[in-house]
Formats: sequence, C-alpha cells, structure tokens
Amino acid sequence: MDATLRPVARTAPDHGSARFVLVLGVLALAVFLLNWAVPASSSLHLSTYTVALLGKYMCYAMLALAVDLVWGYCGILSLGHAAFFTLGGYAMGMYLMREIGPRGVYGNPLLPDFMVFLNWKALPWYWYGFDHFAFAMLMVLLVPGALALVFGWLAFRSRVTGVYLSIITQALTYALMLAFFRNDMGFGGNNGFTDFKDILGFDLAQDATRRGLFLLTAVALGGSYLLCRRIVRSRAGRVIQAVRDAESRARFIGYRVESYKLWVFVFSALLAGFAGSLYVPQVGIINPSEFQPVNSIEVVIWVAVGGRGTLYGAVVGAILVNYAKTWFTGALPELWLYALGALFVLVTLFLPRGIVGAAALLRRRPKVPA
Amino acid sequence: MRILLLAFLAMWVLGLSPPPARAAGQAAGIDLPAALAQLPGADFDQKADLIGRLAAAHPPGSRALLAALLDERVVVRDSDKKVFIVNEDPAGYALIDPLTGRPAGTASTDDVDQVTINNHLRTVLRTVLAQLDLDSGDPAARLAAVQQLLHSIDEQTARLLRQRLAVEHDAAVKRLIREGLAMADLDDSVPAARRLAAIRELSGSLNPDVYNRLAALADPTADTDAGVRRAAAAAVRRIDSWKRFYGGVETLFFGLSLGSVLVLCAIGLAITFGVMGVINMAHGELMMLGAYTAYVMQQLLPGRPGLSIVLALPAAFLVAGGAGILIERGIVRFLYGRPLETLLATFGVSLILQQAARDVFTANNVPVDSPTWMSGLWQINGALAITWNRVVIVIFTLAVFLALQLVLKRTRLGLEVRAVAQNRAMARALGVRGEWVDALTFGLGSGIAGLAGVALSQLTNVGPNLGQSYIVDSFMVVVFGGVGNLWGTLIGGMTLGILNKILEPYAGAVLGKILVLVAVILFIQRRPRGLFPQKGRAAEA
Repeated sequence: MDATLRPVARTAPDHGSARFVLVLGVLALAVFLLNWAVPASSSLHLSTYTVALLGKYMCYAMLALAVDLVWGYCGILSLGHAAFFTLGGYAMGMYLMREIGPRGVYGNPLLPDFMVFLNWKALPWYWYGFDHFAFAMLMVLLVPGALALVFGWLAFRSRVTGVYLSIITQALTYALMLAFFRNDMGFGGNNGFTDFKDILGFDLAQDATRRGLFLLTAVALGGSYLLCRRIVRSRAGRVIQAVRDAESRARFIGYRVESYKLWVFVFSALLAGFAGSLYVPQVGIINPSEFQPVNSIEVVIWVAVGGRGTLYGAVVGAILVNYAKTWFTGALPELWLYALGALFVLVTLFLPRGIVGAAALLRRRPKVPA
Repeated sequence: MRILLLAFLAMWVLGLSPPPARAAGQAAGIDLPAALAQLPGADFDQKADLIGRLAAAHPPGSRALLAALLDERVVVRDSDKKVFIVNEDPAGYALIDPLTGRPAGTASTDDVDQVTINNHLRTVLRTVLAQLDLDSGDPAARLAAVQQLLHSIDEQTARLLRQRLAVEHDAAVKRLIREGLAMADLDDSVPAARRLAAIRELSGSLNPDVYNRLAALADPTADTDAGVRRAAAAAVRRIDSWKRFYGGVETLFFGLSLGSVLVLCAIGLAITFGVMGVINMAHGELMMLGAYTAYVMQQLLPGRPGLSIVLALPAAFLVAGGAGILIERGIVRFLYGRPLETLLATFGVSLILQQAARDVFTANNVPVDSPTWMSGLWQINGALAITWNRVVIVIFTLAVFLALQLVLKRTRLGLEVRAVAQNRAMARALGVRGEWVDALTFGLGSGIAGLAGVALSQLTNVGPNLGQSYIVDSFMVVVFGGVGNLWGTLIGGMTLGILNKILEPYAGAVLGKILVLVAVILFIQRRPRGLFPQKGRAAEA
C-alpha cells in the first residue's frame, strides 16, 4: 500500500465528506445537548434511553459502512459480516466481564458468574489479558481481522466468487453461532455476557457515561466514514471498483485481484469488529444470537435501502431501517417481518440504487427536457 | 368348514392320545369346565397348579383364558360365581364366555370380581403361554414363544425346545432354539466338553441375554473352569467385534438417512441454481409449505394418516411448485443476471412466508402423525435395529432422484432445461422459450422442496422455522456437490450426512456440524465449484 492509497485527484476537495461530517457532528451535538442541558421536564428533552438507542444505530451504521465497502465497492456480498461485529463485541464483552470483578452474584474475583455457575475452577487461557482495556481493544481488532484474513485468503485465492462466496460466509457465521451456543466454549453459552458494571472505571448505568459513549460512537462513525472515503477515492479504491465491475479484466490488466479483495475484506472486518466493541457497552448484552445468519442479511438490506456504493447511503439506510424496526416492534410487532420482507423485495426490484440513488435521480430529473 | 374339521380333529387327538410328553412331571391335566369351576376359590398356589394342569391338557379355549388371565381380564360374577373373560367397555365390562368364546352380555364393575395374579403367576403364565405357542402355525408366534422361554430356561423348557427343534422347519426359529439350548448347556452342572461346544455355538449370537451370560462366564473372578472361562472370553470378544461392525453399519445407515434428507432439501435448490444461476433463499420456506400441506391434509382426513400422507405428496408438490412459479413470475424474472439481488429478494419472500405461517398456523409446532407402515423398528438382529420411517425416507429420496433424472434426461422439458443451463443465448436462438423453461424449472425445484417438506414432517414437528433449520445445510450440499450434475447433489448430500454421523460420537452433534462446515469451506479450496462443476460457457457467467 505505497502510492496506491493516495487520492487520485489530490486537488479535488471532498465536499461530500465535509458535508457528511458536518451534518453528523451537528446532529450528535444536538442530541448530546438535548439530553444533558435540557431539563427532563422540558418537552425537548431527549431521554438517556433514546440517546443509547441512537448510539446503537450509529454502531449499526458503522457495520453498514463495512458491508458497503466490500459489497458496494468490491462486489463481495458477504452474508456473514455480523460475525465480525459480534466477535468484536465478544472481545469487548470479555473485558467488561473481567471489570465486574468480585461484584458478581457469586462474588468470585477471578471467574465470571457463568463460569462459577458451570463449576469451572480456573480461568481458561484465552481469557488471560482481557482485564486490560488496551489488550481487549487489540483483540477487538485482531480477532475479526485474523478470521477475515484466513477466511478471505482461502476464499479469494481459490477464486470463490459470487453466490458461492455469499453462501460460505453465511456458513461461517452459522458455524460460529453453533460454536458460541456451546457452554463449554467458555463464552457464556446461549446467555452470553451481560450485567456489565463499568468501563474504564466509568459506571455504565450513569447518564454521563451513556452520553460519553454516544459522542465517542459519533466520532468513531465520522472517523470510519472519512477513512472509508479515503480508501475508495484512492488509487487502490479505483482498482477495487474495477474488480467489482469486471474482475477478469482487472486481473488481465495485471492487478492482483486477490490481494485487493483480501485487504478490503480484512479492513471491513476490522471496522465491523470495532463497531461491535462500541455496541456492547451501550446495549449491555452480547449473546450468540447476534451470529444468526439473518442478522448479517439484514445488514445487507440496510445498505441496499440506503444505496450501495455511496457510503453515506449505508449510514442513512442503517439508521432508517433500524428506526423502522424499533417503531414496528413497539407498535405492530407482528407486521415487522412482513415489512422487512417487503423491503427486501421492493428495494431490489424498484430501488436498485437505494434511497440515495433515487434522490439523486429526482434531483437530476428537472434538467432533462420532457 | 375346514377349520371346524381341523378343530374337531385336534380335539379327537387330544382326547384320545395320552397327554403329550412335555407334560410329564407336571400334575395331571384338567378340562376347561373343571378348571373354571375351581378358579374362583383358588389361592395363588392353587391357581399356579390349575394353570399348569390346564396347559398340560390344553383343551380348546384354554389359551384365550390363560392370555386373558395374564392381562388381568378374567373376572368372577358375584351372583353365580361364573368365570368370564372381559373386554373393557365404556359402560362397564363386555363379558365373554370362556367355554364358547361368545359374548355373554355385559356387567358393571360392581357386579364382578377380578381374578388377581401375582408376579410369580405372571412368570408361570408367560412360560405356559410360550409353551402353547411353540405349536402355533405362525412362525412369528413361535419365535416370540421361544424368546419368552429363553428368559427362564431350565431342564423342562430345554426338553420342550429340543422336541420342537426336531420338527421345526423355520430357519429363524431353529436358530433361536439352538441358541436357547446352548444357553442351557452353559450351566455349571453340564460337563465341560458340552459347555465348550455350547460356547462355540453361541459365539456368533447377538442376543443380549447370551452376551450377558457369556460375559458372566468370562469374568475372571467367577468360579468356573479355566478352559470354559477362556473360551467364553474369546466368544465375548468375537461378539464385541460383531457389535462394533453392526454399530458401524448403523452409523452408516443413520448417515445415509440424514444424507437423504439433505439431498431431498438440496436437490430442488441445485436445479434452480444450475439452470438459472439463482439461489432461492425461500427454498426452506417452500419446504415448510410442503410440511404444512401434509398437516392440513391430515386435518382433512382424520384417522387416515397413511392415505393423507400419500395424498399430501402431490398436493405439496402443487402447492410449493405453484408458490415457486409465483415467485419466479413476480420477482425473480426481473432480476436475471443479478444473482446477488435475487438472493436478497427471495430472502425477503422467505421472511414474509415465515410470518404468514406464524399468523395462519400460530408460532407453535404441530405434529404430523406417521402411518403405521412408517412407524416402529425393523429389528434386523440383536445388535441392529432401524426405524422404518428412515428406511422409507431413504427409498423416497432415491425415487425422487430417479424420477428427476428421468425428467431431465428423457423428456422434452428436460432437454430444454439442460440446453438453457449450458448456453442460454444459444438455446434461445434455437427456439427454446427461455422464460417458459425458467418458470417451469423454478416450479419443479420448488415442487421438490414441497416433497422434501412432506418427508420432513415425518421426522420432526412442523413449525414456521422448519425451513431455517435445514437451509444452511442444503446450501452446503449444493456448494460441495456442485451444480453441473444431479449426481453431485446425491453424492454431496450422502457424504455430508455420513460425515456428520461419523463425527457425532466423537465430537458431539454441534461440534460435528461445525467440523463439517469447516471441511466444506476447506474443500472448495480445491474445487471452488464443487465436485461436479458446471462446464461450458455458463460456468464463467
């Protein structure tokens, strides 16, 4: 990655990114202030619950960015990206479990509650080090990254593409789900991790901690967006899009298609894992059901709804669909799956470029003489 | 008329000839009316005596009486102390006269006293009934009788069995009797030479009673002759290795039956993917539709599980196939050339179908009854038993596979389907109606999903999530087998099924499944398009 990461046209300012970051910053700050500065009695006050919910949406938006990068720009439809997200979440969850210390139900200073419950005598070796935040954060990136590296290396090297690749990514997350459901894996079985107390000494039940995590997630989302943007505008990004549009041609021209795919896949997995690590302290629970193949496919539909290959479309899609999900599961729970299913069908049939693409089309239409 | 004559003949023989030799050593015989007269007042010891004498004389009607006595269906009427066999009846008891075997009115439970038996009498009755059944004309009844006698073998039963062996012509019964006699020869009182011969005779047996007996003889702490002990230990080892062999056969069969289910689930998927390059994520839900069709059919034909399951097959094929054609005409055909979008759109359909099933049939699982010819065990020998429903499903899968091969290889539609799969543009240029072939192919694949659903309804309960539990495995079969050839699906499914069952005892069900998934992911490193890749231009599309 020497000269290839440099922007193609260094002189062209990236207005789009600036606008996105500006909007995100203003909205995040507004949410922060509406919760912190506005008294609870005011009708303008945002509850901490809403703030945490919005924080969760932003984590999903980062995951959607990761999927958009591989699918929208590189044409790899991963149906297992929630696996990387969940692995990152589990790494963070392990840190949060160790942070509980002797405050668990059983008061064991070393072992998390579920291990005491299952009669484990000692901490398994793979839990060592997770009491240090820095180590946990390293693992948040390392575990999904390493998995993506191995999996991607195997898959791309032997030129598994298209639907075949989608299916084996789905098998990957399915296998992980089965594995994490097992109690003897040492990850809490089907209950996963929950009852977290604090993070780096900050009480997770405090509103201030919630607000802090929210702002941190907003910053992380903005940063990820800029980073993705930088990648897709670079020379490497152009190659990646060439791979998407004509893989064989890109190969014949002389690009190492497998390497480009692999690096974009691994970067995307890192981003997903990082998003997962921000997700867990805000949601307060992580369990194997997050590995369900359905979850990964849902991420793809967020991107499709927003508009793939645009990055900000992915963010918009993730937030809109998840807002809809929250609303439906509260008001009309039995209709949510119909709505989601219809969304899959209608978006692929009528909005192949997503909301963002449709909006762009509408903007351009008046210029076309009728 | 002939039966009457035979019965008369039997009575005449029994009446004139002295009691058969097997009755020697027992009390003298007794006829039925005398036994019935003595039964009401008898205590347990007297009852045992009566049973023995009745069995020795064996007058007509005595077997029914003894069987009823064992089932505790014999009563004494309070008013006249007459003995009846009864059948449970909602209104009370339906009486049967043991002398004539004809109905003799009814009685309320207060009017009669049950003739009670104890555990000792139960054993006596079972043995006596088995002795009577040894002469039965039905080999199955004789086999059961011998089995019953083997549980408590002694001098007298051994003599009985030896007599039977001389006239027996059914191979299975003969084998079992030899086994039983050899068992009797294992006794400490028998000379060592005969015991060794008996052990040799038994060393191929898979009867658990035999095994336990030999294991007891082989026990080094037991007080037996050293030679006998060594021979017994060798026999136990031999039986153990046979058991392992049959265990392997059983695992193989379980693998085949799981593989058949996978093949059945995957084969429709493979057809649509092979011809149209389209992955139908709603395939699992089409199976669910098929399974619910079986359920609905059973509700329409209550009490006829056999008929309803047979009728459910064409019905499920039509329901699922129709739904498939609707999906193809309504959604998939607009997305040709964009396989990933098709995948997403059909996934949306699967969500809608799942929720629809929840709304129509509730989220609870419903059972679909198995017909009698599909339930129960097929006991091949002492170490190997196979459930009939799995046998039927293996056969059904092979039948579906063959039928599909015939359709693809021998019909006009099959020819066009293969042409479109090989080269769509060329096929259309030669006058094949591509759209029509696509719709029918999708319908065919979906219809087979419906058949798979009916088969699944016989293995598990039917619920809205039925399709989900098999869909990832079906994908694995398609990826592993490749879509160039239906044989790929068959071999792929069977291999994965057997692999799963081989790994299961060592790794546990879940870990075994994970290992299989990992194995498939590694396998497609070597062959990215599966065992039987598609050839020709379509492969590069």
